Amino acid sequence: MKELIILQGIKKIYDLGKNRVEVLKGIDLSVNQGEFVAIMGPSGSGKSTLLNIIGCLDRPTEGRYLFEGNDVSNKSNDELAEIRNRKIGFVFQSFNLLPGMSAVKNVELPLLYSGVSGPERRALALEMLQRVGLSHRAEHKPPEMSGGEQQRVAIARALVNNPLVILADEPTGNLDSRSGTEIMEIFKHLHQEGTTIVLVTHERAVAGYAERVITIKDGVCMDGCF
Amino acid sequence: MDVFEILKVSFDSLKANKLRSFLTMLGVIIGVAAVILLVSIGEGARRYIRTELGGLGTNILIVVPGKTAKEGGTHMGTSSVRKLVYDDAVLIKKRSVHVQYAVPVIVGTSWVKYRNKNRDTYIVGVTEDYFPARNLSIESGRALGSNDVETKRRVCILGRTVKRDLFGDVNPLGATIKIGDERYRVIGIMQKKGVTLGYDLDDVVFIPTPVAMDLFDTDALFNITVKARGEQSIDAAKRDIRKLLIHRHAGREDFTILSQDEMLDVMGKVLNIMTAVLAGIAAISLIVGGIGIMNIMLVSVRERTKEIGIRKAVGAKNRDILFQFLVESTVVSVTGGAGGILLGVSVGMAIPLFVKFLPTSIAWWSVVLAFFFSALVGIFFGVYPARKAALYDPIVALRHE
Ligand SMILES: Nc1ncnc2c1ncn2[C@@H]1O[C@H](COP(=O)(O)OP(=O)(O)O)[C@@H](O)[C@H]1O
Ligand SMILES: [Mg+2]
Repeated sequence: MKELIILQGIKKIYDLGKNRVEVLKGIDLSVNQGEFVAIMGPSGSGKSTLLNIIGCLDRPTEGRYLFEGNDVSNKSNDELAEIRNRKIGFVFQSFNLLPGMSAVKNVELPLLYSGVSGPERRALALEMLQRVGLSHRAEHKPPEMSGGEQQRVAIARALVNNPLVILADEPTGNLDSRSGTEIMEIFKHLHQEGTTIVLVTHERAVAGYAERVITIKDGVCMDGCF
Repeated sequence: MDVFEILKVSFDSLKANKLRSFLTMLGVIIGVAAVILLVSIGEGARRYIRTELGGLGTNILIVVPGKTAKEGGTHMGTSSVRKLVYDDAVLIKKRSVHVQYAVPVIVGTSWVKYRNKNRDTYIVGVTEDYFPARNLSIESGRALGSNDVETKRRVCILGRTVKRDLFGDVNPLGATIKIGDERYRVIGIMQKKGVTLGYDLDDVVFIPTPVAMDLFDTDALFNITVKARGEQSIDAAKRDIRKLLIHRHAGREDFTILSQDEMLDVMGKVLNIMTAVLAGIAAISLIVGGIGIMNIMLVSVRERTKEIGIRKAVGAKNRDILFQFLVESTVVSVTGGAGGILLGVSVGMAIPLFVKFLPTSIAWWSVVLAFFFSALVGIFFGVYPARKAALYDPIVALRHE
């Protein structure tokens, strides 16, 4: 199977004047296309930092990162934005929707930055909302929706540009267990359709949906990294 | 990038903070309105003076005592200035073939009485040539004749305001009024000329110059109003007058000959400076408005840090964010500019309706200029906040609450 993500000796160091914080201490990891990987570990162990680097939102201090076989380390900010836009879908713990815009407008957002025309944007966004079962809420704004519904809007947004990988950072962390299960069922379904998923969580039950579980502690990979 | 979508986002974000957006725009509204208004007052003054001086009649030269008239301080009569007298005017006409008329003019004020009504008004002493020289029309009765002047007849021609105040609807022709201590017969009524810059041009009584000299007990003329025979004769007439008067004034040029063009020229220069200064002051208020925009945009960028983070996370490039905030500040300033035009033009047009002595004339170049300047202000003062927004690190922006 083809390797979509390859991390080699990834380090993230925050230099705060006197104290140097080494958040990631050399991570080697690869993710295959179509794989469903969960990253687990205690709070503060560097999971989000790692996921942000995988998602091209952040840059490693040291190490090599190959996405689709291409070295990402020396790409410009605009090139990284382009990768985030077309190849990566993000789902956050706190949803990160724009509160002033309707659900469908939120879902359209990535398409706005890839130059898709207005009517086409809307059609694609509505289709995605249908996939997550929210067609009836298309014109509602996030504050009018439950947490579970907001997270489904966020998933629709992550999917709308047909990305190579979905990255989810504790997507059930802010949800009650029932909504959490609903969300995980969606991920399961997406995985069955062939979507690559990397998901951060500290709940065993959530990690149970994944094919492989990676464990990180104090910035070091303890288990599942290969 | 979808420009319509960005415009929509801008308008939405402005609508979300209506009062704040309005207050921000107010700076630009006032700035643009001020530019348009102040320029319209300058233009109004220019137009007023042009028609006023144009109303002198064509090919007119005005000879006034003193050498500083062009600089504004007319015949304030320093000891070395010799007065202009009746014979100066007579000789100018007699000696120069280029001169059609030369009218000795005396101006003063006096009480005029008719029965129990009276009024303090301007008394202007002229000769029969004054009316054709200045293109003045008589509404009823007749103008002064040479006989009236030569034989020092106490006759007068009334301006409309004086006629209305003293006579009301009664026909004044042939009636006798009192100017000072003497009686004068009314022989004519002037055509209405109107009010400009608060000065009533119909509040005047014309009498023969020799009579006015007796009335005010002076032989010093206010001016000599000369009409050249044609446009080509103006320069020659001026030369003749100069030579003659220098000769009569013992070799000293202690008088000034003003032509209509020169007066227009001098006034035009003064008005250009005045208009430029007014526009400049107004432009400063526009810049202050721009600083207001920058201030609010900085607040807005800060408040929307999270939004910027989200947009970047889903693929917005730095220039997309830059453009969004630049459009927003430009929308504020252009909307404010449109409001300012509305305010400036309507107030500019309303002023003459309420303030009679202040003629205004909307200069359309100032409207266009103010509008573009306001758009420019929005872009200029929007760049810094927009750049700040564009350069946010996506991770830092996303973590912002
Ligand atoms: N900008 C930063 N400067 C300094 N330390 C940071 C910064 N961002 C994250 N950290 C630190 O890195 C560590 C890992 O953070 P994070 O990746 O969010 O952990 P997790 O998601 O596993 O809870 C934490 O101790 C955090 O305090
Ligand atoms: Mg985390």
